[in-house]
Amino acid sequence: MNIKEVIAVILIIAFFLCAYFLFPKPVEFSQTVSIILTILLALTLLVIGVMTFMGRYIERRVVFLFVGIALTLPFFMQFDLPVPISPEVQAAYDELEKLPEGSKVLAAFDYDPPSAPELQPMAVAFMKYAFQRGLKIIIMGLWPQGPQQADQAIQTAFEVIPELEDKIKYGRDYVNLGFQSGNEFVILRMGESFKAMFPTDIYNTPYDSIPILKNVKNYSNIDYCFNFSAGKPGTVEWVQGAVDRFNLKMSAGNTAVQAPMAYPYLQAGQLDGLMGGMAGGAEFEKLTEHYDKATVFIKSQSFAHAVVIVFIIIGNVAFFRGRRRKK
Amino acid sequence: MDWTTFGVWLAAVFTLGIISFLYRDNIFYKLCEAIFVGISAGYWLITFFWDNLYSKFYSQVTDPVDPQWTPWIGFVLGALMLTRLFEKIGWLSRWPLAFIIGATAGVYMMFYFVSNAMLQVSATILPIYTGSISGAISNLFIIVGTFCGLIYFFFSKEHKGAFGGAAKIGIWFLMATFGASFGYTVMSRMSLMLGRLDFLFGQWLGLIK
Amino acid sequence: MRREIPMAITFIVGFVFLFAYFIPHPPFNEFENTFNDSFSIIAAFAIWLGALNLIKISLVKIFKKKSDVLHSSFIVISFLVIVFFGFYDGIRGLYADPVFSFRDQGTGFNWLYEYVYSSLSATMFALLAFFVASASYRAFRARNLEATILLIAGILVMLGRVPIGDLMTGWLPDAFQISNWANWIMNIPNTAGQRAIMIGIALGLVSTSLRIILGLERAYLGGD
Repeated sequence: MNIKEVIAVILIIAFFLCAYFLFPKPVEFSQTVSIILTILLALTLLVIGVMTFMGRYIERRVVFLFVGIALTLPFFMQFDLPVPISPEVQAAYDELEKLPEGSKVLAAFDYDPPSAPELQPMAVAFMKYAFQRGLKIIIMGLWPQGPQQADQAIQTAFEVIPELEDKIKYGRDYVNLGFQSGNEFVILRMGESFKAMFPTDIYNTPYDSIPILKNVKNYSNIDYCFNFSAGKPGTVEWVQGAVDRFNLKMSAGNTAVQAPMAYPYLQAGQLDGLMGGMAGGAEFEKLTEHYDKATVFIKSQSFAHAVVIVFIIIGNVAFFRGRRRKK
Repeated sequence: MDWTTFGVWLAAVFTLGIISFLYRDNIFYKLCEAIFVGISAGYWLITFFWDNLYSKFYSQVTDPVDPQWTPWIGFVLGALMLTRLFEKIGWLSRWPLAFIIGATAGVYMMFYFVSNAMLQVSATILPIYTGSISGAISNLFIIVGTFCGLIYFFFSKEHKGAFGGAAKIGIWFLMATFGASFGYTVMSRMSLMLGRLDFLFGQWLGLIK
Repeated sequence: MRREIPMAITFIVGFVFLFAYFIPHPPFNEFENTFNDSFSIIAAFAIWLGALNLIKISLVKIFKKKSDVLHSSFIVISFLVIVFFGFYDGIRGLYADPVFSFRDQGTGFNWLYEYVYSSLSATMFALLAFFVASASYRAFRARNLEATILLIAGILVMLGRVPIGDLMTGWLPDAFQISNWANWIMNIPNTAGQRAIMIGIALGLVSTSLRIILGLERAYLGGD
């Protein structure tokens, strides 16, 4: 490390220590400051555009810095953005609305902490909605971290609505069966018997002594399934193994990377509804009237998308100009 | 000791350590990476032990009311898997591997044929007359797009003439697909970083409401 | 026999699952259930194999090759720490009153999961946000018609899926809102393209699976 880098590291550490101990909390920019910062960001991008146009490509670390700024600044800006509802998220919500109180819903949590920013807001909104509607939730996971993420979603739902914690009882209103390895083989086996795959819940309570699981033998005793999926195993395996083989009705929340691949299933009717990525989470939060992380994050998402698109346009403008010069 | 505050600080240090890679590769990042690798391996080992070997195998074979013997098949084959660690008897690990390959092949064959082939083909057979122009155009797009996309992937015939024209249309639909996937991928990656920034500025520094 | 027995196992297990799909009655469904349960247990051992192999390689690096000692030491130490807490909390939870799980709030294992594993794994993947932006700036060029279609579809979806898209086109009629364009792209051309890829993969997978079950495809057995 050279002297400049050492100084930079010291300054960064000093900034974070000051932010932790000295900065007033929380930090909120007024509307004027927000507008000024947005204009400054736009002007700087314009300068970069001109530089690129003149053949001086900027270093990738400058691109990283702009992405970081675009993602961070909106956290401190006070403005709301209207979230449009897409038909597939509306369809997922409508299916849940049709379920009467007491319906048994299988919630499959197939994701891990890296995917939590996209799927956790959906999961929290779902849990809050389900508990308020009196739906009975049977949680399981094909990913080891899934059941823990489910627990966190439930804790967050209880924090948002404290009355729920007194009203909702583990074992009667929801159960966490935990994780099982085997991917699609778990799904297949559950078609015959849930108990064979999950002889106990995560607390090692035997299957037969859990009240919510009374009369739940397999998928035919489940009214609906909701899957939160970040990859394999996930929505695709649930559609193949449970929906198409055992006629289970299902909607899914997917990470944005996986969502485009689920559209054929949606169009074919194998999936009732689909929530894709953080945008899907924000839409679901709006429909369930639970405005939380996804609704807040969508602002930063908007800025980041705008920055990426501007960089793509800048790069292409310079490319076409260079091609014209060669001709 | 307030383990929660210590945990938040530790998580913040690890987060900044990984992010430092954006500047350049450094020893701090390498150590965080090493800890991640070790913790991941240990996490998976423990989870699979308690959730599978204990709750599924051990509790079923030692059940006082109805002990099972069939889990022993999986246990023995699984134990053979571990012979891969020893060079001389490593060839025994082919048996459980063959089991996994055979099971996967058998299951996937029907799963993919039914869900990803047959049902998708039947969902593509859509009516052109739907009562509305937009519906008719949309259905036509799906039919033409799927058909031409499949033609593009048929490499046993040269892409010439009408066949080549259909393949060209197929590529256009595939490019729209990849563009949509790209857009969603950008959204996904940005969301991942948002989660970490929310942790740093919210949970750690407390600067966000 | 080193190749013949595994091939026989593949054949028997593959056919049991195939038959059970069409004849879900005894004895095929009983065999299928037994093999399903066995698969879960074998999968657990496969994970154990991966983890133990990693530790074996790290220990060899520390004690024999003496290269990457610091890196490998951290791998082994962090592995041992979480394994210790995993077994300690698990066993303690079994005999506690009331019983608790090794991953419950308040256990050492859960603390490591929340503050070490989660933060490291999430940040590792979060770095991709920056690389995707940088790659788009440097390499995403509309060189020809196909690339232009890809670019336009990508930009419309990126704008349409976030609120600023509709803010930009708020003055236009409903049908011309960017979010509607994004919905149309996802539901029509994207569905068509994904479906074509899906069907192609499915047909290839069916033929490969049959070849594996029949023993015509033996690459998974390795050399020797």
